[in-house]
Amino acid sequence: MGWKELTTPISSIVLVLIASVIGSAGAVFLKSGAMVLRPALSSILFNWKLALGIITYLLSSVLFVKGMSNGQLSILFPMVSIGYICTLAWSRLFFREVITRAKVMGIGLILVGIVCLSLANK
Amino acid sequence: LSTITVSPEVHEVDPQKRRQAALIVACCTLLIAVAQLLIKIGANRLSHAGLMATLIGIFTIPPLFAGYCLYGIFTVLFVYALRHGEVSVLYPIIALGYVWVAILSAVVFHEPMNPLKVIAITIIVAGVAVLGWGGKS
Repeated sequence: MGWKELTTPISSIVLVLIASVIGSAGAVFLKSGAMVLRPALSSILFNWKLALGIITYLLSSVLFVKGMSNGQLSILFPMVSIGYICTLAWSRLFFREVITRAKVMGIGLILVGIVCLSLANK
Repeated sequence: LSTITVSPEVHEVDPQKRRQAALIVACCTLLIAVAQLLIKIGANRLSHAGLMATLIGIFTIPPLFAGYCLYGIFTVLFVYALRHGEVSVLYPIIALGYVWVAILSAVVFHEPMNPLKVIAITIIVAGVAVLGWGGKS
């Protein structure tokens, strides 16, 4: 890879990184919101966890679009998978979900696949 | 408001519903893929826009708007799935969306499919399968 190809601004890398971490936090809020959901309109409208999850998710998407609009996708794109690793930690911390070997292997494979995909898209 | 005291750990999980949740998210990744293609088309018009212009663009640029609507539908189904499944299993399954993007790009936009892409798709699908399998026990 020549130096000419390294044109990804640090700001884009930071934006995509933040977007990934925020996105995983959004999934955690959505989960905790979903757990207390009852089949009533008020339960959906006044569910602040769900609202926070959606806002976080939306913010993550905006930062993502912004970050991806400048720079190399082959560098920025694989950073999405950092969010999956974060989710593993959040889910253990907040929901006592067990980190099984299958989860680590599955996420590991997905990570490798995403790196391959971004190399293939070059 | 005082009724919101149910702690997540108390929530019981039915293994069959758990697998169903993984299947719902896996199927819904097609929505994500279409949304991402639409957002990609729309984002091309935003390459030098500020944060505020990007926010406004979501509502004024049709492909961007349609893309986010699909994201909305996905979110509703994702929340439904989260009630019965683990977030550490369901969230990474969304990566299946990239597989759909690669397939749709080849089929709809006639982008060339190379061996590395096929290998990448296979590895991601395998990863999702391992995740779904492991969440079962």
